[in-house]
Amino acid sequence: MLRRLADGERNLTELAAPLRMSFPAASKHVRVLERARLVRRRVVGRTHLCRIEGKPLADASVWLEGYCRVLEGNYQRLDHLLDDLQAE
Amino acid sequence: MKTIGALTISAPGDRELVMTRIFDAPRRLVFDAMTKPELLKRWLFGPPGWAMTVCEVDLQVGGKFRHVWRNDDGREMAMSGVHREIVPGERIVRTESFDFGCPTQAGEQVGTLVLTEQGGMTKMTLTVLYPSREARDGTLATGADQGLAAGYDRLADILAGL
Repeated sequence: MLRRLADGERNLTELAAPLRMSFPAASKHVRVLERARLVRRRVVGRTHLCRIEGKPLADASVWLEGYCRVLEGNYQRLDHLLDDLQAE
Repeated sequence: MKTIGALTISAPGDRELVMTRIFDAPRRLVFDAMTKPELLKRWLFGPPGWAMTVCEVDLQVGGKFRHVWRNDDGREMAMSGVHREIVPGERIVRTESFDFGCPTQAGEQVGTLVLTEQGGMTKMTLTVLYPSREARDGTLATGADQGLAAGYDRLADILAGL
């Protein structure tokens, strides 16, 4: 979802469709991102427009944490592999 | 700076990410696990739900590498590049770019891997220099998304246990 928003402002329907999410599910996801201050939403008539919150580095800590978590998952697998290789 | 598990990551300057981690194994073994295709395929899966399907590494200066990952839902992601510098067991500098599957990371980045051994343990320092600040922050945004997804998974587990 953030990847899509990296290209610019999108409405909820545009965000939900490629992820095969329902409108309420997408709205819920956006709410979490809003709370994490990664996304800002504005409502124009019946359209909910979302964009990535400005100041990229202001949120670096939240962003780093997510990225770190993904990498650490891989490195923990590497730990196990190294254990196996040393046991051989 | 952020630490999750044993991994520390920081974003110094505008275009860099620096990752450090200790592995409880000799340096030579860590180097092998990070450069030999048959070993890389056993751990470098990417975010949850992804697996590495193609891994080619021509480990010499000017030699190319290519990694392809595939998601459970059929999406694919591919990264390739060229080795610029190799000190066996110690150091690799290579260019890296996503061929497809990762639109936020446009352009070529340079990855520098340094391994140092201390008392049988190996310290990894991986520095990635992105072509622009937007590309660097785009990478972090991807991770943030995945991190939140992982958070949801944990929440689902907690809720299931109530």
